[in-house]
Amino acid sequence: MRHIISILLENEPGALSRVVGLFSQRNYNIESLTVAPTEDRTLSRLTITTVGDDRKIEQITKHLNKLIDVVKLVDLTEGAHIERELMLIKVKATGAQRDEVKRTADIFRGQIVDVTNTIYSIQLVGTSEKLDGFLAAISGTTVLEVARTGVSGISRGEKVLSV
Amino acid sequence: MTAQRSMKVEQLSGGEMLIRALHDEGVEMIYGYPGGAVLHIYDAIFNQDKVEHILVRHEQAATHAADGYARATGKPGVVLVTSGPGATNAVTGIATAFMDSIPMIVISGQVDSSLIGSDGFQETDMVGISRPIVKHSFMVQNPEDIPMVVKKAFHIATTGRPGPVVIDIPKDVTDPNKKFKYHYPESVKLRSYSVPGKGHTGQIKKAVEILLAAKRPVIYTGGGVVQGNGSELLRELARKLDFPVTNTLMGLGAYPATDRQFLGMLGMHGTYEANMAMHFSDVVLGIGVRFDDRVTNAVSKFCPGAKILHVDIDPASISKTVPADVPIVGSVTCVLEEMLELIKLSETRVDKKSIDLWWSQIDGWREKDSLKVTPADNDIIKPQQVIQSLYEITKGEAYVSSDVGQHQMFAAQYYKFDEPRRWINSGGLGTMGFGFPAAMGVQLAFPDAVSVCVTGEGSFQMNLQELATCLQYQLPIKIVCLNNQALGMVKQWQDMQYGGRYSHSTYAESLPDFVKLAEAYGHVGIRIEKLSELNSKLAEAFALKDRLVFIDVMVDPMEHVYPMAIKGGAMKDMYLSKTERT
Ligand SMILES: Cc1ncc(C[n+]2csc(CCOP(=O)(O)OP(=O)(O)O)c2C)c(N)n1
Ligand SMILES: [Mg+2]
Repeated sequence: MRHIISILLENEPGALSRVVGLFSQRNYNIESLTVAPTEDRTLSRLTITTVGDDRKIEQITKHLNKLIDVVKLVDLTEGAHIERELMLIKVKATGAQRDEVKRTADIFRGQIVDVTNTIYSIQLVGTSEKLDGFLAAISGTTVLEVARTGVSGISRGEKVLSV
Repeated sequence: MTAQRSMKVEQLSGGEMLIRALHDEGVEMIYGYPGGAVLHIYDAIFNQDKVEHILVRHEQAATHAADGYARATGKPGVVLVTSGPGATNAVTGIATAFMDSIPMIVISGQVDSSLIGSDGFQETDMVGISRPIVKHSFMVQNPEDIPMVVKKAFHIATTGRPGPVVIDIPKDVTDPNKKFKYHYPESVKLRSYSVPGKGHTGQIKKAVEILLAAKRPVIYTGGGVVQGNGSELLRELARKLDFPVTNTLMGLGAYPATDRQFLGMLGMHGTYEANMAMHFSDVVLGIGVRFDDRVTNAVSKFCPGAKILHVDIDPASISKTVPADVPIVGSVTCVLEEMLELIKLSETRVDKKSIDLWWSQIDGWREKDSLKVTPADNDIIKPQQVIQSLYEITKGEAYVSSDVGQHQMFAAQYYKFDEPRRWINSGGLGTMGFGFPAAMGVQLAFPDAVSVCVTGEGSFQMNLQELATCLQYQLPIKIVCLNNQALGMVKQWQDMQYGGRYSHSTYAESLPDFVKLAEAYGHVGIRIEKLSELNSKLAEAFALKDRLVFIDVMVDPMEHVYPMAIKGGAMKDMYLSKTERT
């Protein structure tokens, strides 16, 4: 099963490499990873999506917790949560395709953020599934470039991840 | 005194602060080797006499010596090496300590901060290289940070599940011309690091109930009981319950080997009775163990009828390979104390009838005498006989460090350790070359103790340069070399699995004369070739109390280590000799 693990990490040099190193060292896979400082500048927030059975995920979270730089972590997929990913996608927009792409982007609530005579650059936010859905929907179009941020997420309701 | 000291603010350079901080942390001895990046630090060492520096002849030996010191004393070992090749030479020793959870601080020099990343002379990314084999690491950015970094490093290395910590220090940070206020912190707090203490009482209760209802229990303990100083409590618990005890290779000595309740070592080369008892048990109490593949054999066939109670300080060790029915995270002393208390308070008593029945079954297995030694003809020495003789001559009281191979297993099987921290070996990483420098660390920690290194002619050649260190510091180590003229353990596997094709495991024609080698380094060398002279010559060597003696014992080169687990089987599946299996 796919899991989203959110981590508060000391904002120290080398901290990120310890997390990433742990995954390669123990043969866990990383599907996506996002990282940026939080409102507290001494902390970064990291979101990792990974796939594994319960036993594997338990090992991953235990080993992450052992890293001295990991202050706190939560497996968001254990409870109700919100996940979002941002995608920037550059497509060929000529002839009949031009309208078709625009229409599909609207349906998916995407925004066209850059335009030339032949090209649309579209920004889309949503779950990874939704972004995949959009890519499937425009599969008849020539896609020139895709940049995805990877998943970021928080728990629903009162629950917070903080120190 | 303390108040006075804190009033007077000292001005120290980074290099001076480092050595001062080590002293304030209680460090008496460090093991190292100088080089460009650490010269400021070495100058600071020169100008003081509180911290003694031991000059080894290879950085790997510095780490193993510090490791041996740590295993024997329970205190962290400290290493100082230069950047680049000094640091990379230390890597094997760091990995060795990491695998066996040994507290160690490795201070490595680094090029000037301004040169980092420029492929400067003797630059290597030590924090990066060591990342997977350390508990934590630091790169010191400012001289003022040194006291706090040292404090944190020792705290992390010695608490919880111990392990090595690297402190990488750029040369400019130790500049003797830049002085700073020195203050060593009393305590340290790390928001992201907490040390497990007491276990979960509910879980411990559950475990005690299961133990008291057990009919065929085994207590299986490992390095965690040695490291966590839980040996006394383990003895109390085992005796109270009258349960059989087995120790892992890392755990030998935690329970007295000469005790009636001891089944011997378990696992790949464990005794018949220990492995049989594990397999047929109904309750396994694992303490400070990690259900390593060298113990369990095929996990799917492991102890099919047993409930698993697992006590460990590291939550990640629990249910890693074998799922625990009752996981207990906590320090071994806290958990065992609470268990003993609960047993005392409990209305229930051990099921004595079942336990007696269990013991009679175990005694039946014991009759197999799986460690029986059949003497050879023609006065040929069997390697096992050497360890038996060593045990007699040292009255079982020596510190025995070993290398890796058949000789290691023979030492583990035949030297009966009654106390913890006496058996010093690289169990997890299996590092050849570990034993001799580790024996130096032991001897330096306990100058009056008998420090023995049981080695093979293969392993010894991986760190023999330390003969010079032993001369310099007058370390009267006794090196007992089980010379089978081959990489015996490799050869054994080739006998058993590769039709006796000895691919690169023999070299009899090119072995050095170890007696002359010892003499060349200013030590004593003795060769023993006949069984009839084994005891007398060995005794002669140990009578030379002030000298290092290299005892080159020519042993039967065809001997195998038995019992040996049958790969892919359960714990009950063992070869018992070249011709017999279970
Ligand atoms: C550094 C290192 N290299 C290789 C090995 C693999 N290995 C394990 S035992 C062994 C043979 C050791 O020979 P020796 O020291 O003579 O001991 P013996 O088995 O003959 O008693 C080897 C090569 C190892 N454990 N460590
Ligand atoms: Mg050999």
